[in-house]
Amino acid sequence: MAYSEKVIDHYENPRNVGKLDDASLNVGTGMVGAPACGDVMRLQIQVNDAGIIEDAKFKTYGCGSAIASSSLLTEWVKGKTLEQASLIKNIDIAEELALPPVKIHCSVLAEDAIRAAIKDIRTKRGEITE
Amino acid sequence: MRTPIYFDYSATTPVDAKVAEAMMHCLTHEGNFGNAASRSHVFGWKAEEAIETAREQVASLLNADPREIVWTSGATESNNLAIKGVAQFNHKRGKHIITSKIEHKAVLDTCRQLEREGFEVTYLEPTSEGIFTPDAVAAAIREDTTLVSLMHVNNEIGVITDITAIGEICRARNVVFHVDAAQSAGKIAIDMEAMKVDLMSLSAHKMYGPKGMGALYVRRKPRVRLEAQMHGGGHERGMRSGTLPTHQIVGMGEAARLAKEQLDADTLSALHLRDHFLAGIADIEQVHINGSLTQRVPHNLNVSFAFVEGESLIMSLRDLAISSGSACTSASLEPSYVLRALGLSDELAHSSLRFSFGRYTTEADIDFALEKVHLAVNKLRELSPLWDMYKDGIDINSIEWAAH
Repeated sequence: MAYSEKVIDHYENPRNVGKLDDASLNVGTGMVGAPACGDVMRLQIQVNDAGIIEDAKFKTYGCGSAIASSSLLTEWVKGKTLEQASLIKNIDIAEELALPPVKIHCSVLAEDAIRAAIKDIRTKRGEITE
Repeated sequence: MRTPIYFDYSATTPVDAKVAEAMMHCLTHEGNFGNAASRSHVFGWKAEEAIETAREQVASLLNADPREIVWTSGATESNNLAIKGVAQFNHKRGKHIITSKIEHKAVLDTCRQLEREGFEVTYLEPTSEGIFTPDAVAAAIREDTTLVSLMHVNNEIGVITDITAIGEICRARNVVFHVDAAQSAGKIAIDMEAMKVDLMSLSAHKMYGPKGMGALYVRRKPRVRLEAQMHGGGHERGMRSGTLPTHQIVGMGEAARLAKEQLDADTLSALHLRDHFLAGIADIEQVHINGSLTQRVPHNLNVSFAFVEGESLIMSLRDLAISSGSACTSASLEPSYVLRALGLSDELAHSSLRFSFGRYTTEADIDFALEKVHLAVNKLRELSPLWDMYKDGIDINSIEWAAH
């Protein structure tokens, strides 16, 4: 399968790989996917009191497109408010990375990951209840 | 070192230079281009002579009679001819066929077609090592069973089926026994005098011969009868019509001759390379060898690296030409059905790689591969949340994952 240059770049040099302290009230974690399906993404965001994402880290088990989608996502969410970050759509990621149709699910997973991370921190902060 | 390095000999092999040379003599105006069916002139006689020499060479590889070799376009056609041919010829006696869950698609899809035509098929389950016990075959045979079709060596995991023992059972129960030997012929010893195999599919391109060429061994004593699938001029004793492609056949013959001559040397070399590879990955944690390591051809290694995903592994290993059991390398999103049938979890099936070695693989190639594998596995585990969890002592099977 041919990958776009952007996918290869993110795959070769993934941005923001790592782990944030999940116990911290400023950290939201989104873990999506399933090992059986061949991809699991863990996206973490660190949010300051003004509601701005200061830092983001990810780890992904999955194909090159899944790794690239989550790497790109960490770049995009940094500096955004939670509201702005929640507007990121899978189609934007798929377009930016020129994902072929068979890999669209990777970008969907990335959108799921940011939504899950936002939901997690809002729950932690008591802004929403389960 | 020229990259990518080829580690996919189970997919196909390059044509041996001697084979290519022999083939080139059977194409042009100056060469042996005649139609073997032409009886009225020397062009036809010469072509026929070359074809009969090749038939002897292929028969010799199997310790069989040359009259038992039927030329086909490859193992897929051989499998179709054997299975449909026997099932249809014997349909009044019974309509039950036995095969397995880990056969090549050329067998499975042929059986599916027969099911659509009213036949009943039993798909045997392998053990977790990829083995079929003779007892399991015996237990599946019914009054109306006419055919058992099993592969000699599995294409993904390289595990060898005990066709000698299974052949005894089939013969005793009066059931035709077909063996798909695409992955074994020329790689391990086959002796049709000793083995009670009735039909055997062969492929030229898996043994350094040309693509588009194969053969079906059809036993003469006791005689195996089948219905032709390709009708026409009645070539190959009516079993497979179509003008014989002299150059392809000569190529397969020469490939078989070389395979027999080099069988022991090729085996020793592959075994050495395989053991060198195994020793080289011994220091990596959580590595699983898929399929029995003892009942296996030496040139195949199917390995899963837990907590890394197969396609990204392949991407990191693009200097190595290997194949993966991962869903992402195929059009479907299901991981390898062979590994699933062994009871492997989806995760391990997704992270499997098949390395297959051959006549041109060197120890330096293996060392290069080992270096790349270490780098890739380390890199991807650093990226893997599942590896984190494993290191934190969390059992990933204890988590309720949302399927997607």
